[in-house]
Amino acid sequence: LSLGAAFADPVEDELVVTAEDGEITLVTTTKAPGHLAETFDTIWSGWHFREDDTRDLQRDDFDNPGMLFADRGLDRWNAKSEASGASCAGCHEGPESMKGLRAVLPRVDAKTGKLMILEDYINDCVTTRMGEEAWGMTSGKMKDMLGLISLQSRGEPVNVAIDGPAAEFWAKGREMYYTRYGQLEMACANCHEQNAGMMIRADHLSQGQVNGFPTYRLKDAGMVTAQQRFVGCIRDTRAETFKAGSDELKALELYVASRGNGLSVEGISVRH
Amino acid sequence: MAKRLWVAAAILAGHSAPAFAEISPVDVTFAEGAIEQSLTGQAGDAASGAKVMTTAALGNCVACHVIDAMPDVEFPGNIGPPLDGAADRWSEAQLRGIVVNAKMTFEGSFMPAFYKSAGYIRPGDTYTGKAAQEPLPPILTAQQVEDVVAYLLTLKE
Ligand code: HEC
Ligand code: HEC
Ligand code: HEC
Repeated sequence: LSLGAAFADPVEDELVVTAEDGEITLVTTTKAPGHLAETFDTIWSGWHFREDDTRDLQRDDFDNPGMLFADRGLDRWNAKSEASGASCAGCHEGPESMKGLRAVLPRVDAKTGKLMILEDYINDCVTTRMGEEAWGMTSGKMKDMLGLISLQSRGEPVNVAIDGPAAEFWAKGREMYYTRYGQLEMACANCHEQNAGMMIRADHLSQGQVNGFPTYRLKDAGMVTAQQRFVGCIRDTRAETFKAGSDELKALELYVASRGNGLSVEGISVRH
Repeated sequence: MAKRLWVAAAILAGHSAPAFAEISPVDVTFAEGAIEQSLTGQAGDAASGAKVMTTAALGNCVACHVIDAMPDVEFPGNIGPPLDGAADRWSEAQLRGIVVNAKMTFEGSFMPAFYKSAGYIRPGDTYTGKAAQEPLPPILTAQQVEDVVAYLLTLKE
């Protein structure tokens, strides 16, 4: 190919984030998890595929625009519900009580047997424990809270379970990953597996990992959830897309998350 | 039945009735990936073809192909091979076949079929994310396909 290898490679770089309470080194590339061994030797966070200035924004919380959303999430965490007077803080104390959770989601909930994403856990408390109407899957409130809770797991290795009760959901997500949707007949794998590292017009294709979500997207000047990103990627194949929070996209999130087992949760990443 | 639906869809979409009976997507016949007959019965226009190839909502070929003969295109993609010299490698009929449905030439190709109206999984109404009923209007019209083929035939080294 005329453009050569320079375009095909993820950038060699290391992500050390300066946070309020010190520095955190994130694992942004590692050995592929066992179930992907036939496909990739190495997995990479989407961070390695972005331009220098975009990568730099994630090195310091002071520069990361996503932190403002997490701050707003903290206000919501502490606020008393008008409906019931309850607050997240009232039952869970500080948000650090959520440490580790983001790294193991989506997971099959032991009590209900349902596949749950973080949005589901939040809405479960919002509706049954705070007496409010469910928050929209991609509403501002939801994204603020996803940001805050994900940040508590920053640096923890993604470690979603794919066996036991998760196996059937994982298999469904895997099938979707290789399905060529829409009038363009493109599967996730066409872009993020077979062509990762290549340029699709001006976009450098990453492996489509979700360890960085929610992400602050410069193009939208706002937060984007993994569910939202899937909706967009499927829509871009000229397909009838799925809804954020649908059973299909939850299964897909489990499968895609499992392709990143071993990468650090980035809390709130920055992408272009 | 499928053909009649297709004609109805074309009329609903407001396409004017062509003098030559255009070959509809369902009636295209391939011979080892190639299509001998012009879809419109007319020669294409290379300049219009170049426009189709660089317009995101139309061919958007430059999303995946570098074409040195088009130096003004910013940030072409590199998923497919460079197209320079395509006319040395392929005949007109083969190029038409590749543009209409590249999967008939390259099995399982990532390249989309630009003149196909049915057989999709969850087809959508362009980029809206909403459902669409097959048959869909193909991504390119018969004339646009011919225009692209005319442009590709200029790519000689
Ligand atoms: C009235 C008490 C109460 C309130 C108010 C409440 N929660 Fe909960 N929350 C719980 C309980 C109880 C659980 C379940 C713990 C379990 O099943 O082990 C839970 C579970 C969760 C979980 C899953 C945690 C895990 O490790 O599985 C999340 C996330 C969560 N809550 C977030 C929130 C948020 C965000 C708010 C405010 C918008 C909130 N909660 C408000 C009581 C509450
Ligand atoms: C036509 C190409 C294409 C297809 C098909 C596609 N994507 Fe993407 N996707 C992109 C582009 C371009 C980006 C932005 C650059 C990047 O990170 O790769 C992107 C970004 C992403 C990201 C964000 C990665 C990050 O670190 O910010 C995720 C996650 C993702 N895609 C998942 C998927 C999934 C899951 C599917 C299938 C349902 C899919 N994509 C299908 C082109 C595609
Ligand atoms: C999403 C990616 C993509 C798009 C968009 C795309 N192509 Fe391709 N094209 C490919 C790939 C990949 C190949 C290589 C064949 C294969 O192995 O699948 C190819 C092969 C070709 C070839 C044969 C290559 C040669 O020169 O030997 C031609 C000609 C061609 N494409 C023309 C076009 C035209 C014209 C358009 C737009 C109307 C277009 N392509 C749009 C991906 C694409």
